Amino acid sequence: MRNVSFVRSEMLAEQTPPLTSIGVIGWARENLFNGWFNSILTVISLYIVYSFLSFLIPWVLTPTWKATSLNECREINTALTGHHSGACWGVITERWPQFIFGFYDRSILWRPILVFVLFLATIAPILFERVPRKLFLLGPVFPFLAVWLLWGGSIWSPVFSFLGLVLGYLVWRSLKERVNAVILLLSSIGVPIIWWMFLTEPASGLLAEIIPYEIQILPSRDFGGLLLSLTIGLTAIFCSLPIGIFLALGRQSDLLIVKVLCVWFIEFIRGVPLITLLFVASTLLNIFMPPGTNFDIIMRVVIMVTLFSSAYMAEVVRGGLAGLDSGQYEAANALGFSYWKAQRLIIMPQALKISIPGIVSNFIGVLKDTTLVSVIGLFDPIGLTTVVLADMRWNGVYWELNVFVALCFFVFCFSMSRYSMYLERKLRKEN
Amino acid sequence: MAKLSTEKLARAEMLSSNEDAIAISEMNKWFGSFHVLRDINLSVKRGERIVVAGPSGSGKSTLIRCVNRLEEHQSGKIVVDGTELTSDLKNIDKVRSEVGMVFQHFNLFPHLTILENCTLAPLWVRKTPKKEADEIAMGFLEKVKIPEQADKYPGQLSGGQQQRVAIARSLCMRPRIMLFDEPTSALDPEMIKEVLDTMIELADDGMTMIVVSHEMGFARQVADRVIFMDEGQIVEQNEPEEFFNNPQSERTKLFLSQILGH
Ligand SMILES: Nc1ncnc2c1ncn2[C@@H]1O[C@H](COP(=O)(O)OP(=O)(O)OP(=O)(O)O)[C@@H](O)[C@H]1O
Ligand SMILES: [Mg+2]
Repeated sequence: MRNVSFVRSEMLAEQTPPLTSIGVIGWARENLFNGWFNSILTVISLYIVYSFLSFLIPWVLTPTWKATSLNECREINTALTGHHSGACWGVITERWPQFIFGFYDRSILWRPILVFVLFLATIAPILFERVPRKLFLLGPVFPFLAVWLLWGGSIWSPVFSFLGLVLGYLVWRSLKERVNAVILLLSSIGVPIIWWMFLTEPASGLLAEIIPYEIQILPSRDFGGLLLSLTIGLTAIFCSLPIGIFLALGRQSDLLIVKVLCVWFIEFIRGVPLITLLFVASTLLNIFMPPGTNFDIIMRVVIMVTLFSSAYMAEVVRGGLAGLDSGQYEAANALGFSYWKAQRLIIMPQALKISIPGIVSNFIGVLKDTTLVSVIGLFDPIGLTTVVLADMRWNGVYWELNVFVALCFFVFCFSMSRYSMYLERKLRKEN
Repeated sequence: MAKLSTEKLARAEMLSSNEDAIAISEMNKWFGSFHVLRDINLSVKRGERIVVAGPSGSGKSTLIRCVNRLEEHQSGKIVVDGTELTSDLKNIDKVRSEVGMVFQHFNLFPHLTILENCTLAPLWVRKTPKKEADEIAMGFLEKVKIPEQADKYPGQLSGGQQQRVAIARSLCMRPRIMLFDEPTSALDPEMIKEVLDTMIELADDGMTMIVVSHEMGFARQVADRVIFMDEGQIVEQNEPEEFFNNPQSERTKLFLSQILGH
């Protein structure tokens, strides 16, 4: 019989792998030069990388910061390095406040800065669990405070606008147990809207005469730069998520009219380029308004961008809803949850979690799309680059301007992207 | 013909004196033009335990889903605990608060812990204070023997444990009737027993139960009546021993030979 038993008598020592498969040479042979075709590709790629770097490296490494015109910059550069390929950051040193704040009155820049700080404080408790919960109280106040601080005017208009919100809340509180969800929703949204449209202005005007207190008014045309982009972008981002959720639910609704309206709205908006909507906002809308009404241009653009992004948001959320097992609805129904309670407590938390990557890409897209307002004559950072380039002294500094604008947007978009990854990781840990 | 023990006779007597928990009469349901449930007549006494069996697609799930209006019937009458199921939302809410349901695939809420799964409905539907809801939930989790898992998420539990949580979750709403739709058929064999044991315990407490299941042992042990469905109709119903040992209709015989055959 064959003997199958085996006992190792001495253990093998660890050995280093053959030289050609490790180290730089091994790696290069394996990945860059295996075969003549790959070798040629490698050489061509190296050449492209080289020519790019030979431009980029001096540009980055020998910049000038102080020059007051492109020519002066080139002279300084040539005197220093013998060529004039360094970056001319002088234009940014000179113009950066404009890129951040537009034409906002320089003496009251504390107002937009305060708004930004308040904004961070408002969203902090939403973003991070460890932030004190009390900050949530800022949420309802912030929009009114921000509008007042940014545009200025009488203290009474934000106060009375805020009262509209309080009114809506009171209506909701008192009707909550008594009427069905649709009437509840309509009345608690409708009452404040009526308040805002017909009562806020006379009431605040009256009080302003009795107790006048107002801060310097800033017209919308003074808004520009990153301030403008963020005002439009962030407002649209925060309004489009709830609107998108309702549209997504409407699209799945059993109520035929609601469903048809939602589908048409979503498909129409998605079928039209944002630029057209912006043109409608800038020109056509005035034709339909009663003569004499002065409907703020930034407000109009915000509405259009919000509608635009809520249609996309609706589709992202719908994707999340489709990812849910129908058993979740059945379990919720069997336990006696009403439609809205089931949505809020069971369906949406899961659907939104699935849609986080899509929602955040959408947010990022909205922020970047705000640069399109330069087409209708608003001075967002891109619009401002044309202003700067029109200046004789700086004609030709494309790179520096665009790199700066890109960096400004990158800061915000990249933070959003990182936050979404953090959130996904955190939620995954939970289960 | 029937060799009913005195114990069983006494129980049958007691049940027949109870009032109806569920009364279904001349009920029909269609999916589009497909006639899923045909002329269903069924009354279930308070405290009665019914097992529903039948081939796949025979309408068992649809029948019990009509009882808590997860499906809408088109004609006939369903009265649950004295409340007739109509399109009136108040009645539907009332019936759902009396009827608990356990599903084949558990349908726990994956984003909530076990304890939160159990307290969500009491808190938001019944408006029970948090402390009380937690106590009730822990009580039922102990009853189904998994109080130590309270802070885990459903995804971290085995199938059998998840199904027991689903039972506890239903019980937290204090239902008077429990519906089970193939509660063990998505489980590995070694977990089936733990779920059936929980259900048997529930039956011993006097719960009114309708169970869609092919577990013969369970049917024999707890059912007062076995109902056999085919093609949307109730084909045969009988006391379990009789049903299994002495089936009357050809369809029942065929079905039993198939499920007992392997
Ligand atoms: N929502 C629906 N729409 C259309 N047809 C359906 C729907 N739900 C079930 N059906 C059909 O109705 C019939 C009965 O389904 P039901 O789920 O009640 O059967 P079942 O007896 O529970 O079967 P199983 O043992 O496979 O669970 C099947 O033919 C099924 O295809
Ligand atoms: Mg079924």
